[in-house]
Amino acid sequence: MKLLDFDAVQVGDLLPGLSEGPITRHAIGRYAGASGDYNPLHIDIDYARRAGMPDVFAHGMLSMTWLARALTDVVDQAAIRSLSVRFVAITHVGDEVRCRLRVTDKFVCDDEKRVALEVSATNPLGELRLIGSAVVALP
Amino acid sequence: MNLVRTDRPDAPQPAAPRFDLRLIGSELTPFSVRVEPGRLRSFALATGQADPIYSDEAAARRAGHPSLPVPPTFLFCLEMESPDPMEVYERLGIDYAQVLHGEQHFSYHRLAHAGETLYFRPRIADLYEKKNGALGFVVWETRVEASDGSPVADLRSVMVVRDPVRQVAR
Repeated sequence: MKLLDFDAVQVGDLLPGLSEGPITRHAIGRYAGASGDYNPLHIDIDYARRAGMPDVFAHGMLSMTWLARALTDVVDQAAIRSLSVRFVAITHVGDEVRCRLRVTDKFVCDDEKRVALEVSATNPLGELRLIGSAVVALP
Repeated sequence: MNLVRTDRPDAPQPAAPRFDLRLIGSELTPFSVRVEPGRLRSFALATGQADPIYSDEAAARRAGHPSLPVPPTFLFCLEMESPDPMEVYERLGIDYAQVLHGEQHFSYHRLAHAGETLYFRPRIADLYEKKNGALGFVVWETRVEASDGSPVADLRSVMVVRDPVRQVAR
């Protein structure tokens, strides 16, 4: 059991987040291998340039996985009911990624106490990379 | 939508190629994947997941799991184990080099674990365009089930297809 408790969280609360990066080409290559996503846009600069991109860039799913890790740092994974994101902007080589969880709602659904969260990933300037939502069940 | 590559000026110019909207609702080829513990370990390492339940079978069992849990976003990776991961783009005539991930949604029904075989049933859920056809959107949904047919998760992916010809002309 992790630290969160339904009665202890309030709408507006920021839960512990995390920071990752700066993103290296090595980290992107390693994620490509581990995820099985070998899309050359992420790992082959020649291909990326031919496709009109200035450089390779990180998989959006790598940042989403960090957001998911921020969630499993505060709740057991079995408590996660949903996780959704929109990839707003490309995460470039050298970017830091800051993952944030903010409580947006508390409600009961299917006889279960649940909390809705806004999940977001930004660079250190606060520029949005991913934005979305998650629902978790809390005791 | 025009998907002609800018680096091939001699490429034939199809007359107003657009999504074939009749494909909305069509099923892609279903497939099954056995979850390998070694893949989960390397995923945990590559994504900075230090909680030992995601990489150490004994720690997972001590925490009450039958084996390593499949982490929340890894279902998307398993979906790429399809025998033909390019099927959706091939059926739509899309150049994969122009595709960006727009949105990803997961709804979870229960945890899956290493050693399980999961069954993926993807379908094209929607096709639409924005910005006067400069951007195309491909939405597909995948139901993930266990071997007994019980639901594990539902995935929804939105892929954005860039139109390089219009980008250059802008």
